[in-house]
Amino acid sequence: MKKMVVVKMIMMVTVMVSEASMIEQTCKETPDFNLCVSLLDSDPRGSSADTSGLALILVDKIKGLATKTLKEINSLYKKRPELKQALDECSRRYKTILKADVPEAIEAISKGVPKFGEDGVIDAGVEAAVCEGEFKGKSPLTSLTKSMQKVSNVTRAIVRMLL
Amino acid sequence: MAKSDALLPISAREEDPLLSDGSRSDPNAETHGRRRPVKGLLAVSFGLFFIAFYVALIATHDGSRSNDVKIESDGTATKASRAHLAGVSEKSNDQLWKLSGDRNTVAFSWNNSMLSWQRTAFHFQPEQNWMNGPLFYKGWYHFFYQYNPNAAVWGDIVWGHAVSKDLIHWVHLPLAMVADQWYDANGVWTGSATFLEDGSIVMLYTGSTDKSVQVQNLAYPEDLNDPLLLKWVKFPGNPVLVPPPGILPKDFRDPTTAWKTSAGKWRITIGSKINRTGISLVYDTTDFKTYEKLETLLHKVPNTGMWECVDFYPVSKTLVKGLDTSVNGPDVKHIVKASMDDTRIDHYAIGTYFDSNGTWTPDDPTIDVGISTSLRYDYGKFYASKTFYDQNKGRRILWGWIGESDSESADVQKGWSSLQGIPRTVVLDTKTGKNLVQWPVEEVKSLRLSSKKFDMEVGPGSLVHIDVGSAAQLDIEAEFEIKKESLDKILGDASETEEFSCQKSGGSTVRGALGPFGFSVLAHESLSEQTPVYFYVAKGKDSKLITFFCTDSSRSSFANDVVKPIYGSSVPVLKGEKLTMRILVDHSIVEAFGQGGRTCITSRVYPTKAIYGAAKLFLFNNAIDATITASFKVWQMNSAFIQPYSEEAVRALSRT
Repeated sequence: MKKMVVVKMIMMVTVMVSEASMIEQTCKETPDFNLCVSLLDSDPRGSSADTSGLALILVDKIKGLATKTLKEINSLYKKRPELKQALDECSRRYKTILKADVPEAIEAISKGVPKFGEDGVIDAGVEAAVCEGEFKGKSPLTSLTKSMQKVSNVTRAIVRMLL
Repeated sequence: MAKSDALLPISAREEDPLLSDGSRSDPNAETHGRRRPVKGLLAVSFGLFFIAFYVALIATHDGSRSNDVKIESDGTATKASRAHLAGVSEKSNDQLWKLSGDRNTVAFSWNNSMLSWQRTAFHFQPEQNWMNGPLFYKGWYHFFYQYNPNAAVWGDIVWGHAVSKDLIHWVHLPLAMVADQWYDANGVWTGSATFLEDGSIVMLYTGSTDKSVQVQNLAYPEDLNDPLLLKWVKFPGNPVLVPPPGILPKDFRDPTTAWKTSAGKWRITIGSKINRTGISLVYDTTDFKTYEKLETLLHKVPNTGMWECVDFYPVSKTLVKGLDTSVNGPDVKHIVKASMDDTRIDHYAIGTYFDSNGTWTPDDPTIDVGISTSLRYDYGKFYASKTFYDQNKGRRILWGWIGESDSESADVQKGWSSLQGIPRTVVLDTKTGKNLVQWPVEEVKSLRLSSKKFDMEVGPGSLVHIDVGSAAQLDIEAEFEIKKESLDKILGDASETEEFSCQKSGGSTVRGALGPFGFSVLAHESLSEQTPVYFYVAKGKDSKLITFFCTDSSRSSFANDVVKPIYGSSVPVLKGEKLTMRILVDHSIVEAFGQGGRTCITSRVYPTKAIYGAAKLFLFNNAIDATITASFKVWQMNSAFIQPYSEEAVRALSRT
């Protein structure tokens, strides 16, 4: 019985290790290993995805983050009406991420022309950075825009592995 | 002061101009940029617990603290991270976004006036486009292009279609092919046309199947009597080619125009890759329906990645004219060109084709296709280009796709994205024998309106406003000479050789003994926004001069969400030649041709102030010592009035 338990543990650890190491290996090639691993590990699809699949998971994270940021932007109109102009620009930028960048990236990565996926992913980071800049240093969205830029960098690194 | 501390030695051709921040790409990155996922169990049991412990540690580490990249508050990554990213970002041509960089940190919003100014007047541009199978048939030039009818980004690709009598004045036609079969359900991608002996046309194109496998399909005009070739029929037996063994399902696209072999068969080539080696597969056919794959490859080059839009064609060694794709013989060299997926650069090499086994070898393997130092059609923004033989005028025409260098927000807001460069004739440079020469098609001249001619001597450190009225649509042809006294003085001076590179030497404001000098286009009168196009003559080894031709878009716009690189390369200048340049300015695109088209640079620029009436033209000489003489002519350029589809528009164009 004890032997079985030990064998099972070894097998579990072996399986754990092999699953993690695909994500780990991929994430090592990105600018933010920790962020990369935490995003992919936390997603149920991560354990069985190939590189293309991992890229798509991260594009999904970009989508989720953009949606969350837009919600926050919308809530800020009431709370901080003096920021309307900047919020308008941010809203436009983040809608681009959702309507243009994400669909482009999903289509391109799935169809094997990853460079257009790279374009979409890079642009997500650009749009976030521009939005942040609108507030001239006093942004209420800093942690969200910084996140987007970081996720964009990591995603881009993985997309480039598909080229 | 004269620059002597540029980072790289001068080579005959520019180093990869990707690195606007001066860092080199990590050579290791080129070989391990793409890892295969490691599947399967790690069988080593004694190391298991150690690894498990390590993994547990990583997984529980706070993911939001990044050890590798510091993102500054202005959005740029620090130098340290850039080195780490070397295998990633540096390989990609335009993608070094530097936000709210050097010149201002003012937040910026595009307004509709600025955006609508960007639309070009005489370049082909629908909402979104790439390059397909251009051809000339029954009096019309046809352009089939990759089109997204739904968005100003890549996606949902179908075949757009337009026709012209002169490659300049186009009328849009209805879509030629849509994604209506299982074998192209996910995209009707790039293809090429071949003329058969009986004058009929076959089109081979890549379809992305319903399972996203890349296959080649056959299509032909429904009615060969229709000069407009409006309707196309897909061969019911499609696909005619599927990825062969050893080739991945997403690495098989962009079949070329076919050429006749000496055995009387048709031969095509299709780009692909095996691991990181870019390759071109070869197939023979007699009917375009069944194919025989050759065991040999047309060519392959390690570490170049996927070869897209491969093009293969003959050029005459002696005559300045185009050749039909099937021409071969002792007076002919063959060009192999590929669009490099990794770097978004179109590279080509000159070499010899061996018909007996369908292989090709480059004249100079050190600048083989796709190597970063190999020749490029264009040293700026120019991709997915293709040539076709224009049997109407006996010329080979090269046509490139020019993407945007702005944010997708702006593209969405302005409603369109990307355009075609002006078509260029392409021939071998019979004087150097080592490069191609490209030149805007003659028909561009039909757009010329009024002109002004100038002859002037410009001393060191001068700037001259060239008053031509409106300056957003121009054709400029210029000849420059450095005054002999200036040259003698500098050559006599025993100073060291100068190291220079367009990309790394700081742009047009950095002054050398013999340059930079040229024009500043789309310039605001305050020069707060401007796009200089210039020569820089550097003193090389043995008192030889090396001439560089550059476009500096680093100060083209206040906007902080556009890419503003400095592009360019050295350009061969033969004994006795004056320095010549031609510049086509059309709103947000600037196309520059040095030494008759030996070095070409296409740039996209998005000024915010130097637009409409505020866009001006300047001549400048930033050299420290040299006086130059400039003799040039500037034409106003008319719009090409590219029309949406209507029967009257077609009739009107057919009468021209």
